Amino acid sequence: MSDALNDIPLTARPAIARGMRLQWEPAQEAHVLLYPEGMVKLNGSAGQIMSRCDGVRTITDIVADLERTYNQSGLTADVVAFVALAVQRHWLEARP
Amino acid sequence: MTASAPVGNALDAPGALVGGAQTAHVVGPPLWLLLELTYRCPLHCVFCYNPTDFANTGPELTTADWIRVLREARALGAVQLGLSGGEPLARDDLEEIVGEAHRLGFYINLITSGIGMTEARIKALKAAGLDHIQLSFQDSTREMNDFLSSTRTFELKVKVAQLIRAHDYPMVLNVVLHRLNIDHVEEILVMAERMGAQYVELANTQYYGWAWLNRDQLLPSRAQLQRAETATRRFRERVGAAMQIYFVVPDYFETRPKACMSGLGSVFLAIAPDGTALPCHAARMLPGLEFPNVRATDIGAIWYESQAFNRFRGDAWMKEPCRSCPEKAKDFGGCRCQAYLLTGDADNADPVCDLSPHHELVTAAVARAERVAGAREQVLTFRDHRVSIPVVIEEKRT
Repeated sequence: MSDALNDIPLTARPAIARGMRLQWEPAQEAHVLLYPEGMVKLNGSAGQIMSRCDGVRTITDIVADLERTYNQSGLTADVVAFVALAVQRHWLEARP
Repeated sequence: MTASAPVGNALDAPGALVGGAQTAHVVGPPLWLLLELTYRCPLHCVFCYNPTDFANTGPELTTADWIRVLREARALGAVQLGLSGGEPLARDDLEEIVGEAHRLGFYINLITSGIGMTEARIKALKAAGLDHIQLSFQDSTREMNDFLSSTRTFELKVKVAQLIRAHDYPMVLNVVLHRLNIDHVEEILVMAERMGAQYVELANTQYYGWAWLNRDQLLPSRAQLQRAETATRRFRERVGAAMQIYFVVPDYFETRPKACMSGLGSVFLAIAPDGTALPCHAARMLPGLEFPNVRATDIGAIWYESQAFNRFRGDAWMKEPCRSCPEKAKDFGGCRCQAYLLTGDADNADPVCDLSPHHELVTAAVARAERVAGAREQVLTFRDHRVSIPVVIEEKRT
């Protein structure tokens, strides 16, 4: 949560990386991220974050939506850390 | 394996299917479906993994058959779809198959030589919902590409690469490496850079099918391999994140086997052009397996009930040293086809493993290839639908 966190501003608009697809898979009861000949099965919170990464909403928007939906607060650090990890793994593109 | 690794059309383990690995007692769904739509191909590559007797296979499935396969597999939970061959563009119903796969929710990857791709077809495929295209090249120059594929196709492939970019697909190149082109790795990477490739897979040949027939002419030397790895490293340092390069080492140089298909019957289901269902695209050679056909049996029964798909599930089939090996859960004993081709018994440990009592077959093959490399004349057998060559295991090779 050091350098990577600082690299992603809260105004970034993360989007699913080109060539990848996120979808809900009933057979696995999970969101999965699909890419050529591979798949990442996401856990619940990762799925909830990624399904909001539409390239339009900023990280601030996403955090606000999650906090409202799940009646929580203080999710910013978790969301930023996950987005940073997902960008590093080329699952997400963080658009300015 | 990283999340974005474009695993090639060689026989790489689908290790990237996170969450897909099964324990011995639970059979999960066939998450990854590969349709080999046709064995027809305008190329004659010496390293093709297709069976050397493919000329004898029966008629191809119809469009309706393929669509039924897609529906049945998707209903079981299949989600990743590879369309391969042969050259899948040789099927004029490719767009229809892609369209139905997309409606069903598959992630669709087209594995192609590019031959047969046109502006009109790529537009139609994009509109139908094709997610990804993986384009193969044989070498960096027209001469070597055309020689290794026994065709004149280089310029055409360059045009297809432009089409792929123009239609906003990631530019993914796959180059199969072997003794005759591995010294050109740097030139291949420069070519890839000029084409705007974002991903390049340098996949060393795996020795099945036509490649097995030509193995002694195709295995690189250890020195060649090291030079190629050094060149790749230097190139990576220069281009940084602009291009991701995957270098797949030929497993004959390893001391542990690949976790082939994450174990047969674990996540991967291949359907051959004639409808034969296979737990691995090379598995047809394995003796004692009764492969079901989708014309007669539905995908659920094939996957969960058939002898062929249950034969290598779990570890009860294993012999020593695999049976008591702590690594069996990691590599599943390696590749069944390689065990069969090299030792004559598919239940043996993959002899790539240096714990295998047959490991010297692999080191001997490497040594023999080095000797053959020094010979004046070398005979390559090009993939050809006009001939049918039976599989010959190692001890019967001349």
